[in-house]
Amino acid sequence: MIIELGHFALILAFVLALTQASLPLIGAARGNAALMAVARPAAFGQLIFLLLAFAALMYGFVTSDFSVQVVTANSHSAKPMLYKIAGLWGNHEGSLLLWVLILAIFGAAVAGVGDNLPATLRARVLSVQAMIATGFLSFMLATSNPFTRLIPAPLDGNGLNPLLQDPGLAFHPPFLYLGYVGFSMAFSFAVAALIEGRVDPAWARWVRPWTLAAWCFLTIGIAMGSWWAYYELGWGGWWFWDPVENASFMPWLAGTALLHSAIVVERRDALKSWTVLLAILTFSLSLLGTFIVRSGVLSSVHAFATDPARGVFILGFLVLVIGGSLTLYAIRAPILKGGGIFAPISREAALVVNNWLLATACATVLLGTLYPLLMDALSGGADKVTVGAPYYNATFTPLMVPLLMMMALGPLMSWKRGDLAGVLSRLQFALGLSVLSMLLVWYLREEGPVLAVFGIGLGVWLIGGALTDLAERIKLFRAPFATSFARAAGLPRASWGAMLAHGGVGIVVLGITASTAWTEEKIILMQPGDEATVSGYVYRFIRAEQGPGPNYTALRGQFEVSKNGAPLVSLEPEARSYPTPPMDTTEAAIYPMLSGDLFAVIGNPQGDKGWSARLYFRPLQSWIWAGAIIMTIGGVISLSDRRHRVGAPRRAATSIIGGAPAPHTAQ
Amino acid sequence: MKRQIIRLAIAFMLIGANPAYAIAVDAVTLQDPALETRARIIMQGLRCLVCQNQSIEISDAELAGDLRRIVRERVAAGDTDAQVRAHLVARYGDWVLMRPPFRLSTLVLWAGPPVLLVLGGIALWAGQRRREAPVLQPLTEAEQAKLREITAPD
Amino acid sequence: MRWRSFIPLILVGLLAAVLFVGLGLDPKIVPSALIDKPVPQFDLPPLPGKEPGLIAADLAKGQITLLNVWASWCGPCRIEHPQLMEIANTTDVRMIGLNYKDDPAKALAFLKQLGDPFASVGADRTGRVAIEWGVYGVPETFLIDGKGRIVMKHVGPLRPEDIPEKILPAIKAAAQ
Repeated sequence: MIIELGHFALILAFVLALTQASLPLIGAARGNAALMAVARPAAFGQLIFLLLAFAALMYGFVTSDFSVQVVTANSHSAKPMLYKIAGLWGNHEGSLLLWVLILAIFGAAVAGVGDNLPATLRARVLSVQAMIATGFLSFMLATSNPFTRLIPAPLDGNGLNPLLQDPGLAFHPPFLYLGYVGFSMAFSFAVAALIEGRVDPAWARWVRPWTLAAWCFLTIGIAMGSWWAYYELGWGGWWFWDPVENASFMPWLAGTALLHSAIVVERRDALKSWTVLLAILTFSLSLLGTFIVRSGVLSSVHAFATDPARGVFILGFLVLVIGGSLTLYAIRAPILKGGGIFAPISREAALVVNNWLLATACATVLLGTLYPLLMDALSGGADKVTVGAPYYNATFTPLMVPLLMMMALGPLMSWKRGDLAGVLSRLQFALGLSVLSMLLVWYLREEGPVLAVFGIGLGVWLIGGALTDLAERIKLFRAPFATSFARAAGLPRASWGAMLAHGGVGIVVLGITASTAWTEEKIILMQPGDEATVSGYVYRFIRAEQGPGPNYTALRGQFEVSKNGAPLVSLEPEARSYPTPPMDTTEAAIYPMLSGDLFAVIGNPQGDKGWSARLYFRPLQSWIWAGAIIMTIGGVISLSDRRHRVGAPRRAATSIIGGAPAPHTAQ
Repeated sequence: MKRQIIRLAIAFMLIGANPAYAIAVDAVTLQDPALETRARIIMQGLRCLVCQNQSIEISDAELAGDLRRIVRERVAAGDTDAQVRAHLVARYGDWVLMRPPFRLSTLVLWAGPPVLLVLGGIALWAGQRRREAPVLQPLTEAEQAKLREITAPD
Repeated sequence: MRWRSFIPLILVGLLAAVLFVGLGLDPKIVPSALIDKPVPQFDLPPLPGKEPGLIAADLAKGQITLLNVWASWCGPCRIEHPQLMEIANTTDVRMIGLNYKDDPAKALAFLKQLGDPFASVGADRTGRVAIEWGVYGVPETFLIDGKGRIVMKHVGPLRPEDIPEKILPAIKAAAQ
């Protein structure tokens, strides 16, 4: 009964979405306040019904109701409760429900707090948001209904993939979706602005918080996915340039460009064309990612069960949404012209270069991801290639280097006309620190790859640059310390956010460089009592034994690690064997330290030669996760900036320079 | 058609289709550590044909193990890295390489990023040129006269 | 209207076309690198009673051959077996089996139970020779012309419609 109620709620949400997509838009075009006012209650209503639908499906999972098809396919009575819950979004139909729910949450949020938006803009934004929801809801009701019953109900489910029975991975999809779907707000704002015929600093001020929130979620979502891969897959790899990883990375790259581009629109009323295009493309890339995962066109560890019928539907939706918005963009291009003039050396110019490099990097990832498909299609299946990590290392990394180098300069550059020499002189400290660190690394790791030395230098340069930015703003060492302190206390949160985020990137760069270049690995067969030394850490194998777990059997090993004779930690890796569905997994034992991670994996015995073990020391590995968290904290602090809380200023009734009077006054 | 494709997808049984989330450690490795290291690096660049996007070095699928054995044999027999790779490409095609080869058909793939970068750069430079304020034309005689007229003190 | 602004739209259109075509393709199928190349020169001992096994030289002696890679532990091989029987009964193509990583007793029992279309079966206990043929899964089927060249490879089980659509035309082409 509850399941049927959930199904009904889904249908009602669809009807509301359809209403919200049409009436407010018509109302905005005709200046009909009553029709426009439909948007707000419709958005709230959509949220309520989708919450009900979500709750109904959750009930099905929590009570292990195997008469519901998705519950049978993805759950099992022996599964721990946390994973029964997470099982809701660990499959195609359930994850779509999560998608539309988050879409509705964002829509309702704009409906709720967007009082300072002009009525027509708000109506249009909510309409566009509802159009997207209509598309997804009709897709669900037509082809991917989570409430389909299975009669007769089996006694037990098929069990969830044991890989997904993990806290990290259980919550990775919700964060990712908050990111993907969050960018739908920027998209809706962009399309609404194009329909309205106006893109101005006020618009940028409204768009930014939503974009920033989405970016924060996506950063965490991607980091969680990588972290999960690192500790679950058993060999310390955390990024494989797998199509679905790329599908989450591309919106992140475009979204980062969008965030920065919107600043220029807000401050200088320039780069409007870039910003609107980026807003459209970022969400389009999110949709493309959805398509890639669910259609089976690309080979990936992540792919959901595939069905060409679904693929066609999603593709059609994609063409409609992306094609439609880009057509609108092309037609309305004239309103995006103009804006503040700036010199070739200026902060605006630096942000243009930032956009350019990020967009090219994003396009490179897109090219690499889709190329196998392109070749397959063009050669009729006769010629296929694999585009693996070596390709991206050769093409993506070189694009990032100049970008990262410039990241330290940008925040110090003035608007309109910058002084490059002045900026560089102010960065002397950062440069000195960077060179010092490179010399230090070269001395410590003579045999190390040259690129790694440069990578360390780059990471330190970025951190130094962030510190320099702070020092400049508070006039450190140039004014009395008390003044500096007062300035620091009064600094806008957006500045703190930017410094933290940029510094965080530096930390990530250091982590990636060190762990990629200097990880030491020993793969050996060990008998109890054997010792192996990895980067100065001595792993001593104590024992291994088989034992049961809640829904698996495990081989549990024990290693004692010591350094310079002093015992450090006891690591207990496992090799698990799950019965339903049959799968073996490795649970690595990891001990993170500031200097790096100890990482041990145990495998099955090879006859009487001993147990197989992989032992690692991965320098600065945790800096990658820490850096990502710091980046996100920076974003969150930026979100809490006063100007977002106070809200955007009222739009001027008339523009002073060149424009026609505004078509309406702000409320 | 849908049923057939699903059936084909399920039916085609991949050798040792045990999802490769367990580690792969071989009982027999090369004695010479330098050769073993070389072999491992070559393995990292070869794709496991029955897994999704993994190299044979880390996959524990049976076929991956067979291919690792072959790589070790060829390295021990004195083949260069390129020869070992060529040996496998002869049997499985370019698809087995993680790094796409430089061929006419991969021209767009490899040339794409630098070309895009340069094109983008040109577009931006052209945009900057257009954005800069146009050079003001000097006033014509008639316009100068008009100006004098307008600004003359009454 | 600036034509430049339409570039993103055009590119997306092209992308959509590629993706649409992609929906009909299977990214997991690896095309054979041995088409139009001579068969690998490796022999296999026979399954007991299925002499002479796999003799590479025999494949170039003028007769068109269908080589099927199979195993008793392979479910899809059971599903495709009727199609192999049909080819054996309705064409005069020589059928040779490559028994992959199998137990000989179980392999023979499989043939006894489901029918034996093979003139000869080679036993590849370790799978090494199969790797020479570029095999990466079971079942796979190869068509070899009279001159010992591989002219076609089919990955996965043979469906009934594959016989008239793929196999028979390939046999006809090989005969010319």
